[in-house]
Amino acid sequence: MNRRQFLRHMALTGTASAGAMAAGFYLWQREHFVPGFQEQSGITLPSFVAEKAASQADLGIAHGSDRFAVTRAAIDALGGIQRFIKKGDVVLLKPNVAFDRPPALAATTHPDSLRVIAQLVLEAGAKKIIVADNPINSPAGCFLKSGLQAVAGELDLELMYPEQSAFTNLELEGEILRHWPLFYRPFERADKVIGIAPCKDHNLCSASMTMKNWYGLLGGRRNQFHQHIHSIISDFALMVKPSLVVLDGMSVLISNGPTGGRLSDVKEMGTVVAGTDMVAVDSYGYTNLLERDIAGLDYLHKAHERGLGNMNWQETIWKEIRV
Amino acid sequence: MSCGSGNCGCGGKGHQPEPEAGPESPVTDYIKSAKNNSRGSVPDPRNAFARAIGWFFSTIMADMRITRVRIISQAFFFILFLFFVVITDLRYLKGYPVSLFLEVDPLVGVATAITTGTVYKALILGLILLIPTLLLGRFFCNWICPYGTLHQLTNFLFGSRDEQQRIESNRFSNLQQLKYVIWLAMIVAALFGSLQIGLLDPICLFHRSMATAILPGINLIFPDTFYVEQYFHVGAWLIGGILLFFVGMNVIIPRFFCRAVCPLGAFLGVLSRFSVIRIERDPNKCIDCDACLKNCQGASDPHTQLRKSECFVCFECIDDCPVDAISFSFMPNKEHEVAGPPLPGRRAALASLLGVAGYAVARASGDSDANFNKKVIRPPGSVAEEGFLERCIKCDQCIRVCPTNVLQPTVMEAGLEGFWTPILNMKVGYCELNCTLCGQVCPTGAIQRISIEEKNGRGQFAEQGPVKIGTAFYDHGRCLPWAMETPCVVCEEVCPTSPKAIYSHEVTIRKRDGGSMTVRRPYVDPSLCIGCGICEHECPVKDHAAIRVTAIGETRSTERRLLMDGGDPSSLLDLVKKKR
Repeated sequence: MNRRQFLRHMALTGTASAGAMAAGFYLWQREHFVPGFQEQSGITLPSFVAEKAASQADLGIAHGSDRFAVTRAAIDALGGIQRFIKKGDVVLLKPNVAFDRPPALAATTHPDSLRVIAQLVLEAGAKKIIVADNPINSPAGCFLKSGLQAVAGELDLELMYPEQSAFTNLELEGEILRHWPLFYRPFERADKVIGIAPCKDHNLCSASMTMKNWYGLLGGRRNQFHQHIHSIISDFALMVKPSLVVLDGMSVLISNGPTGGRLSDVKEMGTVVAGTDMVAVDSYGYTNLLERDIAGLDYLHKAHERGLGNMNWQETIWKEIRV
Repeated sequence: MSCGSGNCGCGGKGHQPEPEAGPESPVTDYIKSAKNNSRGSVPDPRNAFARAIGWFFSTIMADMRITRVRIISQAFFFILFLFFVVITDLRYLKGYPVSLFLEVDPLVGVATAITTGTVYKALILGLILLIPTLLLGRFFCNWICPYGTLHQLTNFLFGSRDEQQRIESNRFSNLQQLKYVIWLAMIVAALFGSLQIGLLDPICLFHRSMATAILPGINLIFPDTFYVEQYFHVGAWLIGGILLFFVGMNVIIPRFFCRAVCPLGAFLGVLSRFSVIRIERDPNKCIDCDACLKNCQGASDPHTQLRKSECFVCFECIDDCPVDAISFSFMPNKEHEVAGPPLPGRRAALASLLGVAGYAVARASGDSDANFNKKVIRPPGSVAEEGFLERCIKCDQCIRVCPTNVLQPTVMEAGLEGFWTPILNMKVGYCELNCTLCGQVCPTGAIQRISIEEKNGRGQFAEQGPVKIGTAFYDHGRCLPWAMETPCVVCEEVCPTSPKAIYSHEVTIRKRDGGSMTVRRPYVDPSLCIGCGICEHECPVKDHAAIRVTAIGETRSTERRLLMDGGDPSSLLDLVKKKR
């Protein structure tokens, strides 16, 4: 071995040792942590609320027999879809597709309900419509059998499945809901958000309407929600500030909810309520469509007390129309 | 044919100058050799047949080499297989015959015919392969079988490049007897009603590996490729590991699985005895260079007496022969062949004994009888357990198509005979009420092709009631409202029947601190519970749910029902009416 070789070899060995030491120190974790109690961060959804003129209604109630006409009338009562949607908007429509059920059983948002609202939004000049939900049953089956997939295909709406990579951690100062996996991908591009909920009986919290509809934006261990169901639902009113919610009460699931299963569980009520205050919309739905006493619906009281809406819907500006 | 093309694998070495110049294909050569074979000037009907084939290849196929046609065929079927595997999903399944490969697999058809005495629905398509095999031999193995193509491709990519080594590795080996032992033992077990061919049948094996290990594995590495939510399968490591083992073995023994293990290959090999066209070597032209062994897929000894049962009809030997001594001939000299499979009588007797004894000891464990496992919850529409063991080929198509991932391959739950058959694991998923996809793709009727009306007892089937796959039971010690002063009843919420099989009563309880609170405590109505397991799946006590479904109460077996009147439609209907 000559001197040159010796030096080269030593330089090589030295570099390798120095590299290993540098890497080791760089990766060295000096402090321990308590698994499960790390600091969490997340995102908070922006408000999607549209500007409102003083005279415009908060609540539009329409009655009739044709879902298309009644839904249009309810939105017109608020000042028309143009109040909410501007030309070029990307609009997220959030139906309730929780279960793998055909439309007639009224356990999911009716395809015609989605169709008419999507048409209105497109007429208002929206650039793109996204339809998204995280169902309880398997997503593909729910979208297929509820008939919403067909509507999406027909009107060229983008259907977003709750894929693994579509979730981001939520951050919320809720009564109980703080950090939770949020189905965020649909919101990445959305300028406006419209909730389209059926009006349903619910075994635990008595009713599933526009507030409960946002349940489908969350992932993770949702089955823990039931331990504090009313707090959770009132937190939804804090989590999402939609542009508009539509409560479809044409066919109301009055028993065996939220899954239903027989036509005898469904009652024709011929009503659609549109509004900007989901607490008011739900209180109308609970008293006039499910025909129950509002004193028993804790989550409305909770939301009302926290100033997230007005459960005395008569106190809001409302318009009632018969088509 | 030109060896300079690089496609024939000879690397340019070992080729003699071509005997005759001209742009001739091996097929036209073959015709020539057929002509040479004819004795005297008496017109030979075989000659006319050869001319017809020659005309087809020389005019229609022009200069296309037959090995190239074969590669196109292999690629086509391989891609078709993968296509079917990928679209076996509610989102894409639009009435495509996704189980087609299983249905044309004659071993599936014949073995289930032995166990059940019937040929279920599309299994009749097995005849499509059976008949040409009787004429042409094991062409399936090297023209169609996607699993065979996988092995050939692996060997091509990772096998030895050394010519002499390849020649040695492609000589016939006594190890190739093994597949006949396996096949015969399985057929004998089938005579007793135990269907085991699916363990090693290449189509079943490939489907099973794709469904339980490969696709979920790819989806782990590239999320959202095949599943909306990641799928998991019990024992996927074993199924995937076996696939990797067989694939890896190609490096040591080319096409180890096809030559030594494959029971379908063995079955087709037995049938090849009757084939009328085969590879033939002209000993007068042969220079004993063994070049025909370089790419021989089946290790069928084309350099001497051809073993018909081992030949995959891949035509590589014709391509590789430097002196055109090998041809594909119609009924050539019987003395140049070994017609039957290499299975000596005493070894066949041993195989039969293994089949009988294997059946007896497996069945005597009682897993399908007195000692049946509560976890063996079969998919809706499944036949009773004994029939299930006669029909299920463990292809796991049901597991592939299941939209909730609830279907899982068994390990030992259903006994040794039921290895890798499907059961429901409610921890992973649940049975979707309005879904019968598992029965739609099942090729053998282990899960019958029931309609949703039949499954749920609706419409004209209201009298007989719904198909039940088990019954749910509460574990009060783990249930939040029952044991822990905490509201819950998720189970009731998700219960899909109407009226709900789960109901709850409001009770006011005295809490630990002396105060009182009101909770709803849930109950199961066994006459309405269908065992779908969504309650168990959604229960927040996730590791060992507070409500669990066990197999008891399943309608497929009168032995395993729960309620005396559970099968009596009138009382059930009365109850439903009462609840209304």
